[in-house]
Amino acid sequence: MTTVEEVLGLGDDALVAAQRLAQWTARAHELEEDVALANIALDQLGAARLLLSYAGELEGAGRDEDALAYLRDDREFRNVLLVELPNGDFAVTVAKLLFLAAYQRDRYRQLAAGEDERLAGIAGKTVKESAYHLDHAALWTLRLGDGTAESHRRMQSAVDEIWPYTYELFEGNELRPGWLATVEPVLAEATLTRPDDGGWAPRGGREGRHTEHLSYLLAELQVLHRAHAGASW
Amino acid sequence: MLQRKGSICNTVMVYGNDFQTSAGDLLGEVEAAEAALREAAGRELAGEAGDAGGHDAGRHGAGDRDPGARDPGKERAGYFDRIISADQKIEPRDDMPDAYRKTLIRQIAQHAHSEIIGMQPEANWITRAPSLKRKAILLAKVQDEAGHGLYLYAAAETLGAAREELVDKLLTGRQKYSSIFNYPTLTWADVGVIGWLVDGAAIVNQVPLCRCSYGPYARAMIRICKEESFHQRQGYEILYTLAHGTPAQRELAQDAVDRWWYPSLAMFGPPDSESTHSEQSMQWKIKRFSNDDLRQRFVDMCVGQVEVLGLRLPDPALRWNPQRGAHDFTEPDYAELMRVISGDGPCNRQRMAHRRAAHADGGWVREAAAAYAAKQAGAEA
Repeated sequence: MTTVEEVLGLGDDALVAAQRLAQWTARAHELEEDVALANIALDQLGAARLLLSYAGELEGAGRDEDALAYLRDDREFRNVLLVELPNGDFAVTVAKLLFLAAYQRDRYRQLAAGEDERLAGIAGKTVKESAYHLDHAALWTLRLGDGTAESHRRMQSAVDEIWPYTYELFEGNELRPGWLATVEPVLAEATLTRPDDGGWAPRGGREGRHTEHLSYLLAELQVLHRAHAGASW
Repeated sequence: MLQRKGSICNTVMVYGNDFQTSAGDLLGEVEAAEAALREAAGRELAGEAGDAGGHDAGRHGAGDRDPGARDPGKERAGYFDRIISADQKIEPRDDMPDAYRKTLIRQIAQHAHSEIIGMQPEANWITRAPSLKRKAILLAKVQDEAGHGLYLYAAAETLGAAREELVDKLLTGRQKYSSIFNYPTLTWADVGVIGWLVDGAAIVNQVPLCRCSYGPYARAMIRICKEESFHQRQGYEILYTLAHGTPAQRELAQDAVDRWWYPSLAMFGPPDSESTHSEQSMQWKIKRFSNDDLRQRFVDMCVGQVEVLGLRLPDPALRWNPQRGAHDFTEPDYAELMRVISGDGPCNRQRMAHRRAAHADGGWVREAAAAYAAKQAGAEA
């Protein structure tokens, strides 16, 4: 049986990732990248809307996608910490996207073949998008890792910074070996060092214990909707 | 000249496929321009086959592309004029007067820069959009603007102006962008008004450019106008929803219309009596209607639309003039327009600082991409 919490986790990952990526709009280093990041943000937002709508139906309390996105507080969000971390420089954004997309692709692939038909339908669509996100992030990991000395330094530092947050992606699933098989060769080809395991592994997002960053992100996301209670847009 | 569309006021519907405002008529004009473009291409081929001495001779034959082959100077000068007067398209490798090339580069670059700077006021609301659906639509819209910037820089490149060079001119203030984007988006309703009035004015300005004499620009404009009409519609829907929502939402909508109306009228440029570039551009068929004609067309279009919205335009002098078959209205403050163009609008400094910061912050990424590409090329060689 699919639980509300499980679908909320998937939907909140996508929603918060979309919000972070949307913050890049009109800030990328080239127009082409503005277009690409907006595209990925749109995919994540589209997935979030389908997943949150489904979570609302499963819950059966009459909450739609907007009620779930705009009227829950940070302690009620079920996303992993990785997606709520600030964008940082472009290398941090690329590292976050690489790790997230590699996980989302495998997770959606699993759900697409699963017993919950509704979720399988959603995942069948989103798995293709995740494959594109992964491809985009992997290409940038190579360019930055194997580009200039400065870009190498920045990309390595981004990988080191984000790596500890990846453990939380695999709570309650067996996807980590497959994920490593995707990510490790990319890091190696990019001449980057894969961080050692066994260190710090922050967690808590799936239970609603987040970083300090999420509340600010939600304040921005929710401010207008909450200022006009009950209004239609 | 321009067809006046006084009667559209009563046929305006709002939702779904019923958005039959003059935006629909304008879209029809875009399609007509596209058809004319195809037809002109057909005529050229026919001319080539039928009469070797005709004005189209050799336009598409790579071998005899140089129209001055037989009688260099004279033939070449006459060729450009004949193409213009026959309402056909100048293509990148055709001979053209230097001034024509420069005028086009200036205009296309300014248009491209406007798309890029124009992303900022709307991106300002993406993270705060009040519903997930509106967030998705706005994100897609701003993404389209980046895409328009790309087509336009590509059109300018066909005239020999490299994108980096044009971007540099923008960043160093040597080329301008539309002054409308130097106004702030203070509330969510501004996103609606930008779609309705600013994109609406842009469409009125740009639809005639679909028939511009320079082929690549005309073709880019056809594509852009089609997307812009979708943008205008989403803006109008935002405003319609607000205007028919709670009293507070309605107030947001009216306030935004009040602030953006005159700056939108100023988008058509100075009055014809003071416009510096107009006459030559009209002769060259880069520009097809005068600033004042286009402004009038826009006012006439908006009057009907604002009635459906249930809002008002902030002009007490606005009224139908049966003698002219058009609305009389108060002109925008052209002194303010000149101040904003010269750099002293509310957001000029902010918009430029944002663009320069994005460009500077991305320097190391562009260098990395170039270094990686060079390594890959070296490895393959």
